[in-house]
Amino acid sequence: MADILKSEQSPSTVEHIETEKGVDQPFLDATELILNMGPQHPSTHGVLRVILKLDGEKVLNAECVIGYLHRGVEKIAENRTYTMFNPYVDRMDYVAAVSNGLGYCEAVEKLLNIEAPPRAQWVRTILTELNRIASHQLWLGTHALDIGAITPLFYTFRDREEILKIFEKYCGARLTTHAFRIGGCQYETYDGFEQDVKKFCDFVTPKVDEYETLLTTNRIWLERTKGVGILRAQDCIDLGVTGPVLRASGVKWDLRKAQPYAAYKNFEFEIPTGQNGDTYDRYIVRIAEMRQALRIIRQAADSIPEGPIMGKVPKVMKPPVGEVYHSIEAPKGELGYFVVSDGSTQPYRVRVRPPSFVNLAALSKMVEGALVADVVAVIGTLDIVLGEVDR
Amino acid sequence: MVTRLRNRYGSGIDPKTYLGQNYIIADVSVVGELLQVMRDEEQFDYCVDVTAVHYPQRKGQEFDVVWVLYSFPRNERVRVKTMIKDGDPAPSVVELWASANWLERECYDMFGIRFEGHPDLRRILLPDGWQGFPLRKEYGITQQDNEWVKINLGIESGR
Repeated sequence: MADILKSEQSPSTVEHIETEKGVDQPFLDATELILNMGPQHPSTHGVLRVILKLDGEKVLNAECVIGYLHRGVEKIAENRTYTMFNPYVDRMDYVAAVSNGLGYCEAVEKLLNIEAPPRAQWVRTILTELNRIASHQLWLGTHALDIGAITPLFYTFRDREEILKIFEKYCGARLTTHAFRIGGCQYETYDGFEQDVKKFCDFVTPKVDEYETLLTTNRIWLERTKGVGILRAQDCIDLGVTGPVLRASGVKWDLRKAQPYAAYKNFEFEIPTGQNGDTYDRYIVRIAEMRQALRIIRQAADSIPEGPIMGKVPKVMKPPVGEVYHSIEAPKGELGYFVVSDGSTQPYRVRVRPPSFVNLAALSKMVEGALVADVVAVIGTLDIVLGEVDR
Repeated sequence: MVTRLRNRYGSGIDPKTYLGQNYIIADVSVVGELLQVMRDEEQFDYCVDVTAVHYPQRKGQEFDVVWVLYSFPRNERVRVKTMIKDGDPAPSVVELWASANWLERECYDMFGIRFEGHPDLRRILLPDGWQGFPLRKEYGITQQDNEWVKINLGIESGR
């Protein structure tokens, strides 16, 4: 495989030119042009507006305008009880609702100083990893579609459907699942849950290889992604970028390993990393992550412990005065919840640290000096969900 | 680390632990320098989050400003907290961690806290001309800037 890649590989044709930073010039040069991309543009994955300053095809400067989907989730939290706020978090990163729920439930559990029973931890891990695959599949399909490859979209959506069917069978909802409760899970697994999950793993393993046959050595794909939107490891750390984007730059860091939560410390898996930090490496890392997720699911499905699925939690939740920050590795990066309690039934403040928001801040650095067409590729590769950026 | 910082700042800082999570309450006069030391000497190279909490009943110290820091080499997380008066600025850490840029802008957008030294402190989620800061406690959950809605959307109310 490596040999094929080498022979197909061509040096990047994109020259990264130096641009003046931080200078707001009121008048444009005769060759410069301001182009407004979005907010209603299919490749911006929602309602993101990017103001591009161009010199011909080259991007001199890019500025993101966000907030079109702002719903005030953090304000809503202050006016709801801990339990009532739980379904709202699903509406942030709506393609990975299970991860959002896990982060919130664990943060509040920490504040209450309780822990979910082992059986719940296992079920949570399985569902979250299934959701990671679903999120990566949706990303892959839409990202490839942006770049011009239509077929992967049909492949990934066909397979993602199987995950959504498992969610539907488990909790009745497909997208905004509200699968977890503070203290465990609401529902016991249905008969044949383990078999369904294992059957899905067997079904999807060859499909991931199939995606690779479409793209990994595809000449057009390589031309469009190699050397595009490079982020060096140090830049990633400075900019606070996390998730697959950070790992594609060669930083071997994953919260599931660094600070394990749920049942992750019981399973064997690897952290895939890239070297160049370009769009292609981020694709490779996400594909490898799908395989690792399948590995985790297989191990977890084989060893779900017996016992209660819901822990003992008070009917009226009144966490003692205090504050906690808890974060998990969502499909897009570090998703953190900072919850402050004043001892009442409603949180005094819930702060969500969204991975998409922080990763999106890196966009202008990544596209500086690139071509207009690459902006589309870079937005896709960051894997942002505007529901989470704007909250 | 705690003793090193204690020796330097004495009573200016107050390290605490709650539910296994470490945080440092620092006086607003030393917090800028403390954050610099945290990055340069204590290897906290990743600024996870910048946020605030509003306590209107605490006169003279209405806001908690919270920096969540993480260190890759040490695999350790710590929060730095300071209390500031409504209207007083907080030090900006954009020079230290580039990630703080948007986070501080959001904090300004939601609470109206000015970060001194921020290169481009504007609203980020709300429209530029919006009046009021929604995450302050006195801001109602259904409240909105009616004038802005009328002028820009041409309707009586956004509800």
